[in-house]
Amino acid sequence: MAESGERKAALEMVQADGTDGNCVTFVLHDEDHTLGNSLRYMVMKNPDVEFCGYCITHPSESKINFRIQTRGSLPAVEPFRKGLNDLMGVCQHVLDTFEVRLLPEELRGLLGQEGLRTSVTKSLMGFSGILSLTLV
Amino acid sequence: MRSWHTAWALSPVEKVFVYNNTSIVQDEILAHRLGLIPIRADPRLFEYRNQGDEEGTEIDTLQFQLKIKCSRNPQAAKESSDPNELYFNHKVYSKHMTWVPLGNQTDLFPDADFRPVHDDILIALLRPGQEIDVLMHCVKGIGKDHAKFSPVATASYRLLPDITLLQPIEDEAAETLQKCFSPGVIEIQNIKGKKVARVANARLDTFSREVFRHEGLKNLVRLARVRNHYIFSVESTGILPPDVLVTEAIKILMGKCQRFLNELDTVPME
Repeated sequence: MAESGERKAALEMVQADGTDGNCVTFVLHDEDHTLGNSLRYMVMKNPDVEFCGYCITHPSESKINFRIQTRGSLPAVEPFRKGLNDLMGVCQHVLDTFEVRLLPEELRGLLGQEGLRTSVTKSLMGFSGILSLTLV
Repeated sequence: MRSWHTAWALSPVEKVFVYNNTSIVQDEILAHRLGLIPIRADPRLFEYRNQGDEEGTEIDTLQFQLKIKCSRNPQAAKESSDPNELYFNHKVYSKHMTWVPLGNQTDLFPDADFRPVHDDILIALLRPGQEIDVLMHCVKGIGKDHAKFSPVATASYRLLPDITLLQPIEDEAAETLQKCFSPGVIEIQNIKGKKVARVANARLDTFSREVFRHEGLKNLVRLARVRNHYIFSVESTGILPPDVLVTEAIKILMGKCQRFLNELDTVPME
């Protein structure tokens, strides 16, 4: 986690010479598949993105290389930013719907919910669908 | 879902100070066992311990004591061989762990009842003359560090099953079909005197694919999954209820996104 005292950069950008900012590799420190895969999923939804992928450089190092290549002249930072915002939007929607549906059924032991369809992008197949909980 | 296993914080026993251990359970084994006991303490009330801080303060540490000594029961019958009769305190359970407040924790948490989630976890067995006297420090940590910090027992997800009968299935075939699936999935209805099978509740099926072993039935059923309908099963270790775990895990993922959005805004773009 980045401390507010001595700041470790949590995000670095590596760009090959000669390109215009269309292809950028972001190095995300202290991250793993949790953010990597989810973010890759959201960025791939963007039609302007030609290539998006991530890899964990070495399992002992906690960082990921996240690469975005765009079609045309769109700077790669834009789909990255949009992907992060979209991912937050999906999470917020799931959270809201979950909390709303949780209220009247709190008293019951077993809980079932209807499927969630997000409205963030046009055709989002939610990676967070129905939640069914078993209380221990 | 990964947030549950890797990023969420809990405070089980991390450090065990052994003052006296004359039981046959070695110190390190005893310490390992104590570390795996889930402690009922909301981790949101505590801070993370700073790295390198050995002592621990009242904002980041919970202290427990386990002090128990086994002795012989003078009233036991001479021929008895039942340890429950012969000895006092020969079984050390998690209920024998007592909370020792540090500093101003009695004021901070006047109604708190910090104890292990379950009282009947057997820690060690003793015989007369043996005793255990340990002090335990509980520290907040995350699941990525050690599995004992994970607040979920099992967390899994699956897609909703989609079972379609391609042709009407009747009579004996219907009965066989019902047996091929988990109970409650296939329902047999009596329509005009004939038994007809119908898919009642596909969600209950565990997809054993037993139906494909039957020559007569395998072409009449299509097994698939609904691609955008996920069923998450979350089992908590008892410290926090599953609904809290789900909401907190989603917030952790949102926190990660926000962190990088902030980074993008503060780091100058090249």
